[in-house]
Amino acid sequence: MILNRIENLGNSTIYHVRDMGRMGLFLAFTVLGIFKRPFRFAALIKEIRLIGANSTVVIFFTAAFTGMVLGLQGYYTLRKFGSEGMLGSAVSLSLIRELGPVLTALMVTGRAGSAMCAELGIMRISEQIDALDCMAIDPFRYLISPKFLATLIAVPILTLFFDVVGIYGGYVAGVKLLGVNPGAYFTGMEHSVLNEDITLGLIKSVVFAGLIAWICTGRGYFVQEIRDAGFGAESVSRVTTQAVVLSSISVLVWDYLLTALML
Amino acid sequence: MSEAVIQLVDVVKSFKSQVVLDRVNLEISTGRTTVIAGQSGQGKSVTLKLILGLMRPDSGQVLVNGRDISRMRKRQLDEVRTNFGVLFQGGALFDSLSVFENVALPLRERTKSSRQEIRERVMETLALFDLTGHEDKYPAQISGGMKKRVGLARALQLEPRIMLFDEPTTGLDPTKSMEIYQLFHRAQERFGYTSIIVSHDIPKIFNLADQVVILQDGRMHRFNNPEDIHWSDDPGIMDFVRLTMGQIYQSEQMER
Repeated sequence: MILNRIENLGNSTIYHVRDMGRMGLFLAFTVLGIFKRPFRFAALIKEIRLIGANSTVVIFFTAAFTGMVLGLQGYYTLRKFGSEGMLGSAVSLSLIRELGPVLTALMVTGRAGSAMCAELGIMRISEQIDALDCMAIDPFRYLISPKFLATLIAVPILTLFFDVVGIYGGYVAGVKLLGVNPGAYFTGMEHSVLNEDITLGLIKSVVFAGLIAWICTGRGYFVQEIRDAGFGAESVSRVTTQAVVLSSISVLVWDYLLTALML
Repeated sequence: MSEAVIQLVDVVKSFKSQVVLDRVNLEISTGRTTVIAGQSGQGKSVTLKLILGLMRPDSGQVLVNGRDISRMRKRQLDEVRTNFGVLFQGGALFDSLSVFENVALPLRERTKSSRQEIRERVMETLALFDLTGHEDKYPAQISGGMKKRVGLARALQLEPRIMLFDEPTTGLDPTKSMEIYQLFHRAQERFGYTSIIVSHDIPKIFNLADQVVILQDGRMHRFNNPEDIHWSDDPGIMDFVRLTMGQIYQSEQMER
């Protein structure tokens, strides 16, 4: 009984150390793949469209309603202190420093991250990745690096889009519905939002993009190596769920770490 | 005797506690066709993956043209793989690419041919495999037999010296299987490659074989002639013959 537990603990430790090593090497090969020639420009554009452009509707609605909720909540809180004029600052700082990068990353994880993981998982179980290897075509350069780079490009742009739409959402709720002075809303924002706030938001979005692309492509690529994932279609579905959960948690953990580091 | 293009020397491969290949030795000669047969789980696909360098042996050597690929770095392995063409069990076609794009892929990625040259070459190959008119279809829109033909057309684009076939007729009806075998025969005559076929389709597949290897309990039994299998006194092989070919086939052979 005790021996079994020790054995399980040992096996589990070996598995996790191996997994970390595998994922570390995967990230290194993915980054190297970006610099290998010939560069797949068409694939990069296609991935930016899939990850970025196709996510704009989801990001628009998430941002608009997040901004509106912030406008409503902010108004009722600030009114208690007679500071409704600070609504623009409160909404814009919350969005630019925190909610924009985090919510964009979570939406991209759910929409594009899961798709990347499932696509690579299916390619793995149907031997398409083995076929690339056998044709001496580097799967990193051909498949994974364009997805990784496209995520790094698309997520910060989507984050900026989220911030702008969210600020206008707050404007609609605060100014149009609750009667805050429009001049005060934008002037307050102009005075309180600094370049550092925008830089912090963008750094966060790049780090989150890297995490999402790394975890989702890596899990899909290693779908057959994941313990207890099962086989075939079931393994792809389980690993995709796992990748989405792991990416989302990582985004939140790294959000805290980056905020603590850069405050 | 022609030169050995692939050699497995004392290869051991195990998964957890199960030994799949136990100090096996194999020699595959240039230009000949070797069929690897055996019951499920005996290590046929593992042998194929070892030869392709998709797996490494626990011990022993896998020599391709005299060079041990089990100790090679990725770049050297990629060089060796330029000699290989592979037809996977399900075809392994890229489902987001059309038939044309699938067949053109190795030329686009591995050669400096112009668009026009690639187009001409791909259309010529598609015609050879009776696929003209299907070039714009996607793998999901074509039949199992056509997928195999597209897979073979893609594998032959760079004129490999060694072709590996993993269960090439699985999922096909007997007529389609026969068509595929005839296609293999034609393609080998035209391209002159060394052929390694892993198959369950016994005894039909033996018609193509110059050499048959049967995997049984981690060991490889090699027969220079498919007919020799019937005269083996190894109990494992006798069981295999009985299970796969049945008594009728066995007696027919014995009457000859």
